[in-house]
Amino acid sequence: MTKHAPTAASTASSTGWSRRNFLKSTVASSMTVSLLERARADNPAPEKPTDGTEPHTTLRINGRDYRLTLDTRTTLLDALREHTGLTGTKKGCDHGQCGACTVLIDNRRVLSCLTFAAMAEGQEITTIEGLTKSDGTLHPMQQTFIDHDAFQCGYCTPGQIMSAIACVHEGHAETDAQIREFMSGNLCRCAAYPNIVEAIKYAKPLMERA
Amino acid sequence: MRPFAYSRADSVQTAIRAPTVADAQIESASVHASHQYVAGGTTLIDLMKLDVMRPRSVTDINALEHTPSGEISFGPRGLHLGALVRMSDAADHADIRENYPVIAQSLELAASAQIRNMASLGGNVLQRTRCTYFRDTSYKACNKREPGSGCAALEGINRSHAVLGTSERCVASYPGDFAQALIALDAEVELAGPGGSRRIHFEELHRPPGEMPHIETILEPGELILAFIVPSASWIKRSLYLKVRDRQSYEFALASAAVALDIDAGSVREARIALGGVAALPWRAHEAEQKLKGRRPDDEAFDEAASIAFAGAKPREHNAFKIQLGKLTLVRALRQAATMEL
Repeated sequence: MTKHAPTAASTASSTGWSRRNFLKSTVASSMTVSLLERARADNPAPEKPTDGTEPHTTLRINGRDYRLTLDTRTTLLDALREHTGLTGTKKGCDHGQCGACTVLIDNRRVLSCLTFAAMAEGQEITTIEGLTKSDGTLHPMQQTFIDHDAFQCGYCTPGQIMSAIACVHEGHAETDAQIREFMSGNLCRCAAYPNIVEAIKYAKPLMERA
Repeated sequence: MRPFAYSRADSVQTAIRAPTVADAQIESASVHASHQYVAGGTTLIDLMKLDVMRPRSVTDINALEHTPSGEISFGPRGLHLGALVRMSDAADHADIRENYPVIAQSLELAASAQIRNMASLGGNVLQRTRCTYFRDTSYKACNKREPGSGCAALEGINRSHAVLGTSERCVASYPGDFAQALIALDAEVELAGPGGSRRIHFEELHRPPGEMPHIETILEPGELILAFIVPSASWIKRSLYLKVRDRQSYEFALASAAVALDIDAGSVREARIALGGVAALPWRAHEAEQKLKGRRPDDEAFDEAASIAFAGAKPREHNAFKIQLGKLTLVRALRQAATMEL
């Protein structure tokens, strides 16, 4: 919380660097080796044919194919964040309790933290990055989240938006009570719930018109 | 998470013939089974991350969606619910909502929309307890996780634990909802395994903890649930699931009741009762059902049935409230079922 922190970020962005890219590159280079070493130390290889790696996994994400070399243990969430650079999908609890990692697979909302990446092969994965049109127009649900102030810190927001889109498509956004029930898998620690309900109510007719 | 070999099976035969299945040395019903099937993954992957489950091989059976195990159908034997049907698809099915309300409600009141989209019906009935001492490996004493290590819940924080069907080795409660609907409706389970196919009553599937709480079902190594069959019956239409919990949504039951009634000319011809949140395994209350037979469906009869249902309850320090809560939940469920307009 020092006054100095924001300066670095704003300087970086003015010179073509973004804070996110800076963090990504430094964190990746410093962490990869130590994480791999720790994983090896904790998990001596069993005698069965489980060297932990699958030759290739091809994931179709937001209409694009990503050919990845992944350990079988890699969840879809980690594949997205660590292997494709799509960090919009967030890791909250990593145990299927908070909904921050919600993505669409074949247009159904699922938890990417409780899905092995290999299980999603051959299916259409949609993340928050796949919602905006090529001309930059936001998805109606993104726009109404902004218009109705449906977040504070924003960490749960990508999951909320993916879940909300599916909620409307499922036909489970007919009443406030129904929205609350069918959005209960997405926790918001800032408690923006009333505004999230409003955003979904306003997005619904826009989505149906589109 | 520990390393494991991942494979996919696109038919029942390839799933149960996978060599790793045959090699499994420990009963598949135990958390220590060396091989696991994965469908939704909502229990398995969670428990693998917690290092509670440590399979060396995992077979992905999601492609069985394209076999009869992925179908919901109605035939002469009753309702067929394929084991690979997702909770949300069964809960949203118009005929199930209309004619099997207790099934639709037990599914819709469970978990979250995302988890219901993922979790298969077969996996749902095999979900593991939420007992903290089981899920957190920093507690050494858990007979379910480490046979013979003791039970930290006996004298620990056991508010959410079971009062029915427990043993001195384990007081963990069975967390599911759908299983209560299946056991109440006399469902059957179709199984296939390396030793062949068989059909059992759903009530036989789960084992009480007894001396071996780490073995939770009668499934043989490599055996796979293919489908549930719910036989047609006159009481199913007048059925419901009532769930009482700490939060209004996305929470496990403290107490729940699956009930079905056949009421004719002002008296109960048949009753079906199952209890959730209060028992160590899916729990059918046969004696309570008998108590209602031939009676007028009123509060006096319902109170008596509830008393009988909990007659054998054994509370621990923090969960005695579940006996009264469970009784009131059952009475309210029966009252609501009796007054349903058909």
